[in-house]
Amino acid sequence: MSLRVGVVTFPGSLDDRDAARAVRIAGGEAVSLWHGDDDLKKVDAVVLPGGFSYGDYLRCGAIARFAPVMTSVVERANAGMPVLGICNGFQILCESHLLPGVLTRNDSLHFMCRDQRLRIENSVSSWTSDFVAGQEIVIPLKNGEGGYVADERTLDALEAEGRVVARYLEMNPNGSRRDIAGICNERGNVVGLMPHPEHAVESLTGPTTDGIPFFTSVLKSLVSA
Amino acid sequence: MARVVVDVMLKPEILDPQGRAVAGSLRRLGLTGVTDVRQGKQFIIDLDGVVEGARLELIETLASELLSNPVIEDYKLQVIEDPA
Repeated sequence: MSLRVGVVTFPGSLDDRDAARAVRIAGGEAVSLWHGDDDLKKVDAVVLPGGFSYGDYLRCGAIARFAPVMTSVVERANAGMPVLGICNGFQILCESHLLPGVLTRNDSLHFMCRDQRLRIENSVSSWTSDFVAGQEIVIPLKNGEGGYVADERTLDALEAEGRVVARYLEMNPNGSRRDIAGICNERGNVVGLMPHPEHAVESLTGPTTDGIPFFTSVLKSLVSA
Repeated sequence: MARVVVDVMLKPEILDPQGRAVAGSLRRLGLTGVTDVRQGKQFIIDLDGVVEGARLELIETLASELLSNPVIEDYKLQVIEDPA
């Protein structure tokens, strides 16, 4: 029986189909979830995809946080269900307080779209266990509000607890504090990532297939759980 | 009838790239002596009835949980009863 990974579609989500495809390529069953429905359809994990939920009105992710589906996602995430937020999904996780800090306007004010080199620094989270700590990967990055900001104490805690999941290499595309590209919660089941692994799962369309391990990681973590 | 005005500003220590870009434009357009620009948001909420007690508390909560993000923003809330 394949494991069920839900992908939430909000009004304005863009990358829900790519995320579902990445789940299938990794060997899981992708299940579509709707923002207005608090039923998670018995999924084992959830991906909050990239895009511009609710047009990024108010603040990125600020309105999506109050969507009915998020009540269930927050409840299950706090109980240990793996959740991956990519780009806008990362913003939603921060607004939902499942992850600390917030994503702000790129310091350059430019929307950045590039193949980005990253270093995976945490190989124990639910979504990165198929990587080796220190492994370098290249996956697409595309955001206008990707600058990770938190107070110094929070940043120190994230570093000390090994919760910086990925860091930008070669250049910092958005002014993120300490070059942070992704973080996880204390338990390691909730991961937020600004770059897009779901766009790097097939050599035909991606710069690499370096994104696949994020999705195989969660399937393995669910089997061993 | 009442009006609640909520002003939301980035905290002083948070970089405001939009404000910085606006400052650059002001200088280019001939305004001298610009030392800093900070950009914020203003919400004007018109309501029936009076704003007090539990209703005011709810508005305070929503100002801090929905209208602003306390990680990076401060808000100021002003209640105007019977706005003209």
